[in-house]
Amino acid sequence: MRRIVVVGASLGGLRAAEQLRAAGHAGELVVVGDEPHPPYNRPPLSKEVLAAEVALDRVAFRTRASVADADWRLGTAVTGADLAARVVRLADGTEVSYDGLVIATGLRPRRLDAPGQDPGAGPSRHVVRTLDDAAALRARLKPEVRLAVVGAGFIGCEVAATARTLGADVTVVAPESEPMLRPLGADFGAELRRRHQRRGVRFLLGRTVARFTGTGLELSDGTSVDADVVVEAVGSVPCVEWLEGNGLDLSDGVLCDGALRVEGRPDVVAVGDVARFPNPRYDDVPRRVEHWSIPTDTAKHAARSLLGENGRPFMPLPSFWSDQYDLRLQSFGAPALGGGDIRLLEGDLSEEAVLGYHRDGRLVGVVMLGCGGSLPRYRKLLLDDTRVPTS
Amino acid sequence: MKVIVDMDRCQDHGQCVFSAPEVFRLDGAGRLEFESAPDDALREAVEEAADVCPLQAITVED
Repeated sequence: MRRIVVVGASLGGLRAAEQLRAAGHAGELVVVGDEPHPPYNRPPLSKEVLAAEVALDRVAFRTRASVADADWRLGTAVTGADLAARVVRLADGTEVSYDGLVIATGLRPRRLDAPGQDPGAGPSRHVVRTLDDAAALRARLKPEVRLAVVGAGFIGCEVAATARTLGADVTVVAPESEPMLRPLGADFGAELRRRHQRRGVRFLLGRTVARFTGTGLELSDGTSVDADVVVEAVGSVPCVEWLEGNGLDLSDGVLCDGALRVEGRPDVVAVGDVARFPNPRYDDVPRRVEHWSIPTDTAKHAARSLLGENGRPFMPLPSFWSDQYDLRLQSFGAPALGGGDIRLLEGDLSEEAVLGYHRDGRLVGVVMLGCGGSLPRYRKLLLDDTRVPTS
Repeated sequence: MKVIVDMDRCQDHGQCVFSAPEVFRLDGAGRLEFESAPDDALREAVEEAADVCPLQAITVED
């Protein structure tokens, strides 16, 4: 291929560019990213980068020398694409034609849809997705500041832990009955909540935000929450609007086949958390996976698909981790698929423990609270138990 | 090839061990140990190990 355009310059876009070079693409490489920064690591944004000012080179990704000659169009959003004409349109008015296209536009934070706040009045509203988001929130996190975190998933829990450690007065509001309920289950979520509560974090669960007020939030059950700062950690939305008009299934990210090709097109692939793909390790249902390991895994496979070199089935073993206070959570596999049958495999939840998540009696995911030394053993268990497709 | 791990950053996630077990390993206590001058034949595996490090603590030099 003469020119390959990668749209998205975060982890997925960077790794796709590197893997295209590794797989032999010697032609032009254009990488388009809407943020002005070179690709950087997002997990620290809710932890180290929120706790203290951190230089960009501390979070910038190591990049391979092979992509130094790529045409990096940073600070340039994509506005549209015509897949039939093989061209993408950029916010600066230019059009870039391609022979191969990598979709790596990722996600943006979902915002609270709650009425009531006049511009300039009420609490300061934040999300945590970019370096600039983290810097803006950090400037507000003084000791004693009253912070309401809406959402009790990864980002919400990590922001709550970091802010509490900085001395903020923290309240977590979420519709679920326990934090991190969907990925971890009720018992694990309850233990996590207790650990936060012991540090002084307040939880208002089973409720949603009804409206913003001059002094904070009013919840669905009428409770008022006084807050100077509100963090909205209520999930993400795939950035796919720029692909509209091409007849693609964009109902939840970009629908891909098992080789990460978009709707069977040989010249378009998708990578990272915007890609919805089947994982034969579990079943044939296409899903988006918002775990850190996925951009790198998908980039490697998609690069080879785009260059026409793939024979092997793509069946990544997802992994994620979370650090909250001195607590280390690590996971392999797909615990969310096995939430109906959770078994204690090792230890004691009140200290360190390993939980196994099962579907149809088969282990599909493991979550570890501490117990780092056991990690290789459980990962091998998950890999060995896979039904490798024969075709 | 020279492998450098910033041990101030390393938090023993162990992802590198799965990509390049010939070069990286966890000891019995779950702490990282690694070979600092591995054979060039292992370059692709070492590059992958550096890619998957959650803390981006691994550098590979010629």
